[in-house]
Amino acid sequence: MKSLLEEGVTTIFGQPGDVFLHGPDAHRDPPFKHIRCRHGQVATHAAEGYYKATGRTGTVVVSSGSAATNCVTAITDALMDSMAIVVLNGHDPTAIMGCDTSQEADVVGTTRSCTKHNLLTLKADHIPRVIKEAYFIARSGRPGPVLVDLPQDVMTGRAEFKGYPKSVSIRGYNPQVNGHPGQIKKAADLIAHAKRPVIYGGGGIIHSDASEEFCELVDITQIPTTLTLMGLGALPTDHPLWLGMPGMYGIFCANKCMINCDLMIAIGSRFDDRVTGKLADFGKQCKVIHVDIDPTSIQKNVKVDIPIVGDVKSVLRDLNKELRKIERNWATEFKDWYAQIEAWRKQHPVRYEQKEGTTKPQYAVDMILRLTEDYDPIISTGVGQHQIWTAQVYRGRKPRRWVTSGGLGTMGYGFAAALGAQAAFPKSLVVNIEGDGGFQMAMSDLCTLVEHNLPLKTFVINNKGMGMVRQWQQHVSPQRASHPDLTHQPDFVKLAEACGVAGMRIERPDEVKAGIEKAINTPGPVVVDLVVEREEHCFPIIPVGTPSKDATDAGGATPDKVPQGWR
Amino acid sequence: MKEDTSRRRHILTLLVENRIGVLAKIAGLIAAKGYNIDSVSVGETMDNSISRITLVVHGDDWVMEQVLKQLNRLIDVIKVVDMTEEDYIEREMILVRVNADPPDRAEILRIADIFRAKVVDLTHRTYTLEVTGDEDKIQALLELLRPFGIKELVRTGRIAIGRANKSLPRKLERVAGNDEEVEKKSTAAVK
Repeated sequence: MKSLLEEGVTTIFGQPGDVFLHGPDAHRDPPFKHIRCRHGQVATHAAEGYYKATGRTGTVVVSSGSAATNCVTAITDALMDSMAIVVLNGHDPTAIMGCDTSQEADVVGTTRSCTKHNLLTLKADHIPRVIKEAYFIARSGRPGPVLVDLPQDVMTGRAEFKGYPKSVSIRGYNPQVNGHPGQIKKAADLIAHAKRPVIYGGGGIIHSDASEEFCELVDITQIPTTLTLMGLGALPTDHPLWLGMPGMYGIFCANKCMINCDLMIAIGSRFDDRVTGKLADFGKQCKVIHVDIDPTSIQKNVKVDIPIVGDVKSVLRDLNKELRKIERNWATEFKDWYAQIEAWRKQHPVRYEQKEGTTKPQYAVDMILRLTEDYDPIISTGVGQHQIWTAQVYRGRKPRRWVTSGGLGTMGYGFAAALGAQAAFPKSLVVNIEGDGGFQMAMSDLCTLVEHNLPLKTFVINNKGMGMVRQWQQHVSPQRASHPDLTHQPDFVKLAEACGVAGMRIERPDEVKAGIEKAINTPGPVVVDLVVEREEHCFPIIPVGTPSKDATDAGGATPDKVPQGWR
Repeated sequence: MKEDTSRRRHILTLLVENRIGVLAKIAGLIAAKGYNIDSVSVGETMDNSISRITLVVHGDDWVMEQVLKQLNRLIDVIKVVDMTEEDYIEREMILVRVNADPPDRAEILRIADIFRAKVVDLTHRTYTLEVTGDEDKIQALLELLRPFGIKELVRTGRIAIGRANKSLPRKLERVAGNDEEVEKKSTAAVK
């Protein structure tokens, strides 16, 4: 407990249990905010949301066995998206460890491959060092989840608190912060001679709090910039050089830039398959510079000409310094490139057409973003079509305002992570845009919002099923669908009310604006059941395993009736 | 950009924290790549807080580069070296019990002598031999003994050490050597 305080932990997300009884007991009036969740997965996602919104490591406290195994999905999610969280797991006493006692699970074994690091503590006087190391490992280098297993007798064991260690020294762990100066010079030289460059930024910019340096890079070089799903917010979306998100559901002109550029500057992004499409064809026509703190990310998927291992913030500082020395009239030299991009932009803009009848989900999402824009909100999403639509028209201008599950794509993430972000900023507007499928995975924690006075606004984009699954099934085998529909759903309004949360329903397009405004202005937590057109697809799209150049679009203005065809 | 290189034998030497669960992490990481570990041997170094692991794995170069990087990323792994890239000496010890009926006994002893094997146990019907060597030597001996009937075979797993005049030993000694200077260094963060 004392170690956690010394570490500066102010909020913990948890699920109490018998083994951890003694933990909270030690400080009956804990100096932390303890957000007790109904489910371990929600608690862990909440810690992720807390980290993403604040940049401070999220803390989860769970108690042995099933409580801990429930966290596994969220821990894996945190590993994929490099989220700094520390999970403290209460274990059975060491004497009966491994005897299959009640509610025992080998949590260290289970989480071995889904944590950045995990460890078992066997002595009470080791706790301060272990806690210090756990937080250091979680937050430094490429951030990630760390699990600490604390057997009951170790936790209750009395040990003299000899002070919290001030520094950490782990001989097997020494992440490289500064980029190699020679490599940085080479990179600057390459940038100085590029004719059709593109900057491809990712979540690493957010994690290293480097968006200031990143914007500076864009401003110095005047290079068109795209950001991955995880990197959204690193560059203001109203920036003139902003292209939009690349990839499978990316903006057409962003993808065109990626496949026609002569230099790709990858910063804190990892060439995920959702970005690259078919690997054999990706990044072949251009030189590639790749800045990443994790050496394993470099050369994993795409051949890189100039790898730079280091913290994005530090590398960008040095790189910007080099670039400032270069005398080049950047904007003028890129004139043709800009003109080409403008043509692509006009060719396939992201668009939808809201007519009378049912609400288009794109319209609903767009309106939510537009109407909340002035509040500088934290936006979180679940996983699926609504996530893509939101990302495509995202309007945020600052980092750490965008919370979504990228790598693992965990449904139910939106609500849980938003809960964590709201706990970090109880007075800010936090908006969760969630699918009806995902919301039903996480709605166990509606009461948690009420209990802790968290005024989270949840919009359930309700298309009565798993839209993305439906979309792919209609594409792959139009005649047969394998259960994408959720034919019986709870009444979300009544459900919310039953939990003490305000519930609203928006059914017609002309109610959307007023409804959203009413929800934002309602004090306390709100759930809005936003009923939308059922058969709507995400476009443009690059089907799995095809090269980026094969992006397909729905053609003209989105037709009313779907299947819209895959032209 | 996976290139189709045939699977090659790699001998990896790892210096790791001598702690619970470390071997499981390493084995799990290699298993996750779909590779089998051909042999593994583990022992303490002169610094008993550090263990040295020698792994033999068959894999293509592209994936092995990833494996090396990912092993390096494990917090408990202090150093990883692919010995196959260096000049090294490799040994394995085996204990083998072979049928030794009276007409064959002299011939088996002759083979043992050529391979500098020791007889460590004998009965009227069997010899048990102890022999050390690199993979080729062990393989050759086993082929020669096979016709007599091998009843039981135990292998220690391969171990490897770099040649003294090459850069490799220094890479490893820096962390796990036995002189005082190294002792001091190993307590600081070294990588």
